[in-house]
Amino acid sequence: MSENINNNKEPLFSYKNKKLLSNPIGKDNPITIQVLGICSILAVTVQLKPSLVLAISVVAVMGLANVIISLLRNTIPQRIRIIVQLTVIASLVIIVDQVLKAYMYDVSRQLSIFVGLIITNCIIMGRLEGFALYNKAWPSFLDGIGNAAGYGAILLAVAAVRELFGAGTLMNVQIIPDIFYRIGYENNGLFILPPMALITVGVIIWIHRSRDKELIDAS
Amino acid sequence: MKVIKNIRDKIRPHFYKGARFGRFRRAWEAFDTFLFVPEKTTTKGSHIRDAIDMKRTMVYVIIALIPPLLVGIWNTGYQYYQAVGIEPAIWESFAFGFMLILPIIIVSYLSGLATEFLFAVIHDKEVNEGFLVTGMLVVLILPATVPLWMVAVANIFAVIIGKEIFGGTGMNIVNPALLSRAFILFGYPAYLSGEVYTYTRLQEGHQLVDGYSGVTPLSLVAEGKMEALPSDFNMFLGNMPGVIGETSFAAIMLGGLFLAITGVASLRIIISVFAGGIFMAGLFNIIALNEYMMIPVHQHLLLGAFAFGAVYMATDPVTASQTPHGKYIYGFLIGVLTILIRVVNPGFPGGVMLAILMMNVFAPLIDHYVVQANIKRRMKRLRKAQINVKEKKP
Repeated sequence: MSENINNNKEPLFSYKNKKLLSNPIGKDNPITIQVLGICSILAVTVQLKPSLVLAISVVAVMGLANVIISLLRNTIPQRIRIIVQLTVIASLVIIVDQVLKAYMYDVSRQLSIFVGLIITNCIIMGRLEGFALYNKAWPSFLDGIGNAAGYGAILLAVAAVRELFGAGTLMNVQIIPDIFYRIGYENNGLFILPPMALITVGVIIWIHRSRDKELIDAS
Repeated sequence: MKVIKNIRDKIRPHFYKGARFGRFRRAWEAFDTFLFVPEKTTTKGSHIRDAIDMKRTMVYVIIALIPPLLVGIWNTGYQYYQAVGIEPAIWESFAFGFMLILPIIIVSYLSGLATEFLFAVIHDKEVNEGFLVTGMLVVLILPATVPLWMVAVANIFAVIIGKEIFGGTGMNIVNPALLSRAFILFGYPAYLSGEVYTYTRLQEGHQLVDGYSGVTPLSLVAEGKMEALPSDFNMFLGNMPGVIGETSFAAIMLGGLFLAITGVASLRIIISVFAGGIFMAGLFNIIALNEYMMIPVHQHLLLGAFAFGAVYMATDPVTASQTPHGKYIYGFLIGVLTILIRVVNPGFPGGVMLAILMMNVFAPLIDHYVVQANIKRRMKRLRKAQINVKEKKP
């Protein structure tokens, strides 16, 4: 993943670059394979809408942060690189937070501290350290977008399951028809509680690995 | 018997590997070994065979569950007739309770066993016998009014998440029956708390008695209505609202006696759970900050599902501690936690389920430290012996 890509004539969407984008969504997913960034998955996935907003925020922050660090990579002193990275991420997160507060106040309140906590999202730091510091801007951008999308995909999947079974709605639109409730169906309160997010992520990991036998590690 | 064997011998080849129904051979084996000795024979070395295998063990537990089930069936009907102000004959109570509880038992077994068979056929392994007991335990820890589809959903959840993903019977970390109940308690809290314990969809011509409330004695205590409690004798016999199997202390002890004599359940655990409960209840009696803390110790043991949890749930050999010393610690902490959750936590009136689930998770840790302590003790003894030998040498 961290090999240098220094072929100048490489087309924008070469095979290698496409892999940078698609690998983290599937085979090298930051959540189901590397098990990073679990904390926010557990906390914000009660409803689909905040999860969607958070996923988009992470995509924006991660893509931009990767580009900025990649551009600065030759000037950042090795010993203070973590501080520089944190500063970049923090500034981007503050911008995202302010935009949310200005245009989507309700969602911003629902997400509360978790927008700020994007700073500490392990995936972002991991990609900056592992990829952007050694690669050019364009591959870094793709890598950032890809990893954030991989994170977002799982986030949305968990949120959809939890909102559907916990509240019978998706994006606040009622999905389960009234007739179900009339014949005795009930929303499951357990899906609102955090443990169910953990179990849902576990089930997704289970499905992912049973479809792709390469991912199973025997240890 | 001969006839059955002939029929079975004729059908069996269809279920061999590669035969027409070869894919379902695990399902066939499961039923086959109920009636006949397994086909597999040992080929190497000498083995000591015991008449008791896992199926037989499970059947013992089922036998031990019969007394609380019978009392539960009777009590379900009796509580209904109490609610409408009729003094029923014994068979009337039984008939009424039977009509309510039989569907729950059927749904519980069907849903759980279907899931187990599905996993066994897909993964081509033997069908585990564990659900024979789990299916009945689930019924006994639910109120008679629980909607049937909830039982099915909870069982499927418990079998998959509680058992199959860890590798099936014998590998599970928490008790599947309790997980099933926990699923309903947290998922559909309205159906497992408050006045759900008595069937109140009235039959024609029946009317609720004025001021009747079907809350359990535990809820009464939690609300501070000590004077409304049933008498100790009624609580001992099981004449009070509650989940199907928990009410009768006497019936549970009968089943517990059977389990202890046959050696299926660990007497260490049962005794230490009671010891823990008595200790904690006594401690609260001494602190005595509010009315709840002042309940006599013996009432704590009669109330709620304390006895049921101690005898049937805590002793589950898979999820309990395995080491003899560990069993004492494990049981004692279950008793302590149960009373603690009951008295201090206002959210849940009953604490047995949560206490046992919690200690299930801690059981391997307890075992680890018990084993480590034993190793340390013996190492010390060894060093002492070595020093002695050295001193004697010259």
